Amino acid sequence: MKLTDEQQAMMDGKYGEGAAYAMKIQFALGEAFDAPRMVPITRAHIALSNQAGDLWFAEKMYKAGARCRVAPTVNPGFCLGHFTGDCAHPVSEEDADHMRRTDAAYRGLGAILSYNCTPYIATNVPNFGEVIAFSESSATPYANAVWGARTNRESANSALCAAVTGCVPEYGLLLDENRKGDILVHVEANMKSDYEYHLLGMIGDKIGEGIPVFTGLPKYISSEALRNLGAQLNTSGAYGMYHIVGFTPEAPTLEAALGGKKPKHEVVITDKDLKDFEEKFSDASHDGKVDFAMFGCPHFTLKEAMYIARKIEGKKLAIPMYILTSSDWAEMAHRMGVYDVLAAAGAELIPDSCPDQPCWHYLKGKVGITESPKCAYYPRRRGINFMIRDLDTCIEAALTGEVK
Amino acid sequence: MSKKFSCHKIAEGKAKAEAIITHDRIMFYQVRPEDGVMEEKNHELEGRSIAQKVLLFPGGKGSSVVQQDGLYHLDRFHNMPAALIIQDPDPVLVAGAIIMELPMVDKVEPAFYEMVKDGDMVEVNADEGYVEILD
Repeated sequence: MKLTDEQQAMMDGKYGEGAAYAMKIQFALGEAFDAPRMVPITRAHIALSNQAGDLWFAEKMYKAGARCRVAPTVNPGFCLGHFTGDCAHPVSEEDADHMRRTDAAYRGLGAILSYNCTPYIATNVPNFGEVIAFSESSATPYANAVWGARTNRESANSALCAAVTGCVPEYGLLLDENRKGDILVHVEANMKSDYEYHLLGMIGDKIGEGIPVFTGLPKYISSEALRNLGAQLNTSGAYGMYHIVGFTPEAPTLEAALGGKKPKHEVVITDKDLKDFEEKFSDASHDGKVDFAMFGCPHFTLKEAMYIARKIEGKKLAIPMYILTSSDWAEMAHRMGVYDVLAAAGAELIPDSCPDQPCWHYLKGKVGITESPKCAYYPRRRGINFMIRDLDTCIEAALTGEVK
Repeated sequence: MSKKFSCHKIAEGKAKAEAIITHDRIMFYQVRPEDGVMEEKNHELEGRSIAQKVLLFPGGKGSSVVQQDGLYHLDRFHNMPAALIIQDPDPVLVAGAIIMELPMVDKVEPAFYEMVKDGDMVEVNADEGYVEILD
């Protein structure tokens, strides 16, 4: 890989040890993928995770003097304001300290402390053709497929490196020829709500590896549905890009989506596929009672919070309900009174937080209900199990404490 | 017959260890740090340890933090694999290996895959671009 004089100077340490370390990692990444050069980026999003490995790397970069040239938005950890101090289930001092250190490291690196995993819907939206470095599994496919921006499926670490150096190796999804679809997915299932897109995304095993081209989807698809599709495609597999014929910008026609070539294979997705997945994935040995409901993996939008508020206004939930969202939307919900409606019914609208965080320590051994397979998938290692159902069924379950 | 095969370097370094082979993709988050045992349900390696071994697998899966964080935890207990041999590199896995300084190669000659067996001693030399099945 050939570097410009400026990039070489960065690698040689002219801009400090941190920038040099970031450039060395990106250089190795570029070499691994036979990239010919590094190209500038204009946006970045880091899948901050507040896990031990994340903190280790962020602190290492910060202490080495790295500072972001392109200020990245970041994923949620957990909300210190909500889970420490005077609250029902405060986190341990150790966990609180870990989150404070993560916050301090990213603050020091010059990140935008958005703590939100859906930057592509509101806080960090790229333009068509913009070269960016997005990590976070739901963000990469959304940025590529829906906005037509160009990013590889960056890891949290490589996106931080890109934010520091301001460039990325040019390979993969940055290049026209690698953005064409090669799997034709005929969707025959009834995609009646945003929930079915969660299930569709989880059928990665059947879709296979490559870039799916979806046909048969409805004419209008909501931002939330597209968020769900991208998030689950990367829970069931590794997808940085997809096309929806007649809907996403690089797929005006089937031919354009496939780049004029024949797909390497075709699959048909039916209602039965979605139903089978739902059955298989939920906790089978379960009697119908659930202990809590959780939504917002990825973060729920204001629209979804308002929808729930309308459904539960004036009622009392039988079990706790947690709705995870961005701080922007939480603020808006406060202004609009949506927060108060939710709170009166017993639902907590929580900003800056992710289901895969130690703040949920008090749910260990309990069974929750959620509409997101991703929400069910990652917390399992923390001893928290989930049923998955569509949102309306989940809301009903929160009102009665039982899944019908 | 030579048991030395060319490959392509992804993450630098070299290692010599027993091979462990799977046809399933791997998410290092699903490997138990204390002993390197794969905990993912229905994974081909479920219940087996990958610690200190040369791990042959198709590639990674999962969200953008699962590989490096998973490897970091394994490393704390000295239970990272010794080297990785993959077929389908993705940036999340590649960046994880580079940052954790874990040797990784791809594009090994097809003949290697016909010959290598689970449990063979294998040398991986990413720097010089070869893997070798040792007697």
